[in-house]
Amino acid sequence: MDQSRYEYLLLLGDNSMILGHRLSELCGHGPSLETDIALTNISLDLFGQVRSYFQYAAELKGDAATEDSIAFTRFDRDYRNAILVEQPNEDFAHVIVRQFLFDSFHLPLLEQLVNSRDETIAAIAAKSIKESRYHLRFSSEWVKRLGDGTEESHQRTQAALDHLYPYLHEVYNESPIEKEMKKAGIGADLATVEAISRNTIEDVLTESTLMLPKIEPRMVRGKQGIHSEHMGFILSDLQYMQRAYPNMQW
Amino acid sequence: MNKKEWPLWEVFVRSKNGLEHRHFGSLHAADADMAIENARDVYTRRSEGVSIWVVQSSDITASNPEESGELFEPAKDKVYRHPTFYELPDELKHM
Amino acid sequence: MDIKSLEDRFEAKIAAGESIEPKDWMPEKYRKTHIRQISQHAHSEIVGMLPEGNWITRAPSLRRKVALLAKVQDEAGHGLYLYSAAETLGITRDEMTEQLLSGKAKYSSIFNYPTLTWADIGAIGWLVDGAAIINQVMLTRTSFGPYARAMVRICKEESFHQRQGYEIMLTLCNGTPEQKAMAQDALNRWWWPSLMMFGPRDAESPHTEQSMKWKIKRKTNDDLRQQFVDITKPQADILGISIPDENLKWNEASGHYDFGAIDWDEFWQVVNGNGQCNKDRISAKQKAWDEGAWVRAAAVAHAEKKANKKQKLSA
Repeated sequence: MDQSRYEYLLLLGDNSMILGHRLSELCGHGPSLETDIALTNISLDLFGQVRSYFQYAAELKGDAATEDSIAFTRFDRDYRNAILVEQPNEDFAHVIVRQFLFDSFHLPLLEQLVNSRDETIAAIAAKSIKESRYHLRFSSEWVKRLGDGTEESHQRTQAALDHLYPYLHEVYNESPIEKEMKKAGIGADLATVEAISRNTIEDVLTESTLMLPKIEPRMVRGKQGIHSEHMGFILSDLQYMQRAYPNMQW
Repeated sequence: MNKKEWPLWEVFVRSKNGLEHRHFGSLHAADADMAIENARDVYTRRSEGVSIWVVQSSDITASNPEESGELFEPAKDKVYRHPTFYELPDELKHM
Repeated sequence: MDIKSLEDRFEAKIAAGESIEPKDWMPEKYRKTHIRQISQHAHSEIVGMLPEGNWITRAPSLRRKVALLAKVQDEAGHGLYLYSAAETLGITRDEMTEQLLSGKAKYSSIFNYPTLTWADIGAIGWLVDGAAIINQVMLTRTSFGPYARAMVRICKEESFHQRQGYEIMLTLCNGTPEQKAMAQDALNRWWWPSLMMFGPRDAESPHTEQSMKWKIKRKTNDDLRQQFVDITKPQADILGISIPDENLKWNEASGHYDFGAIDWDEFWQVVNGNGQCNKDRISAKQKAWDEGAWVRAAAVAHAEKKANKKQKLSA
């Protein structure tokens, strides 16, 4: 099996899955019906991407692997998502800021992946890119609304930013797998992605009257499988059925 | 705290190019941009549309049903506006 | 025109099968009945999201997860369509929400039962959506235009909901003995509450007569319930699980299934707030409402700022 390519797919898929999971927790609990529906749409887009990545990963892995065995039966160390997307739905400001930071990174990442030498990855990226463009539009608009809304919304959004922004650095940081995939012409060049992402963030924050936190990046290694304490709880939900009733069809 | 409700908007969707925008329903949004986004998420989840119009419900002026007599009844007897008013022989085709 | 002749004209319109539109004259009672019924229907969609939403994060496969998410999202959409229909009668969504939270407005009592296993998601789709569809198909021909149009859209969208549920049940029933037992257990718990969804017996239904006359309803609670039993029994047979009613038998003479007595005491207990989850459901909605307040206010404030800026620019 092409181990590196497989791991790279996990890295792409796990970010979408864990963020999609966090958003799916909100279904029925949003501030208005309209926002509830919108956030669920984003979650559904992300899970759609997950399925594409994992179906391909299962193909590479062989050995009777399926999208579900990959999604639900790994141990926490084998999940490759960044710690940013694990952060809980503290309030709506956290939800929006987490989404916005991720989108600012995700869109330019996909813009690179459409040129991947791996045709399947390129095709998945081409489909996902439109979704991601809308996500970024949605989350940017909301960052502006909350940042430049009321005094309370401004404070909450700044607090969310102060909490979440230091986790962003991890997604830009090239892991050995990402380096290898970039060299092979399969993966994205994260330096380019980072530059675009930072520009987007700066533009939107200025318009939102929010300040970029002057906080050192947190030393986190989610991509290497060292996750936050939240992750175990996410997985105990996510994996519950597959763990409690192994090897059954649903 | 500001207790104002998001205003109501009417949503019109063109289901494909070549067709007119049709009234699809309503929703709440704080402003027009949000109304477009909400309409996209609420009313085009099953690829029902290619274009959206939104208008704030309070900006719509409607005719009064009490006046429908004078507004609409007078058109009823103007049968000469319809092709079936004109009697032509059956042999005549394509007219 | 005096009230009496307005009323006569209104009744004549209804009798002729014409739709009533929001700006048409209507008796105050017709308006109030509709606000009550449509908002109750909307609340049921919204509260109904909670028991199913309870399993979204634990869905057993990605395919099941996206289907369930899309289904629960549809329910938000359907609540939204229905609130909009009620809003044409001069009540705001916020007012309706407040009525739900204060307990003044009711919602379908089925959603006060807990979802305990994954099979409950199958049973809800199969039975609860099945019962809802029967009611909703009837309502596509209800006399109030906006309500009927909302129902048309909802019925179209909901066509996948029941299939989604039945497919889950079918998979469980064709699975391991453990899975089949899970399906049977869900049927045992959801069967009677599903029958209660059609509301009290005709003899005890305070609104039925007027509702039939105004063509709000076109079939009585008991007729709809019978229709549901007749449709559902053969579906249970295909699954190979049994409906928990020893009096359920085919009646050759009537051409329908006879079924056992419903525990109406339980029904009224739940309607009156003493079901297992009544309090949890309302607290969840209250929490979302309270925690969303600053978000809704921020969006309004931002919209005002934006409008002011635009005005200044054009001045």
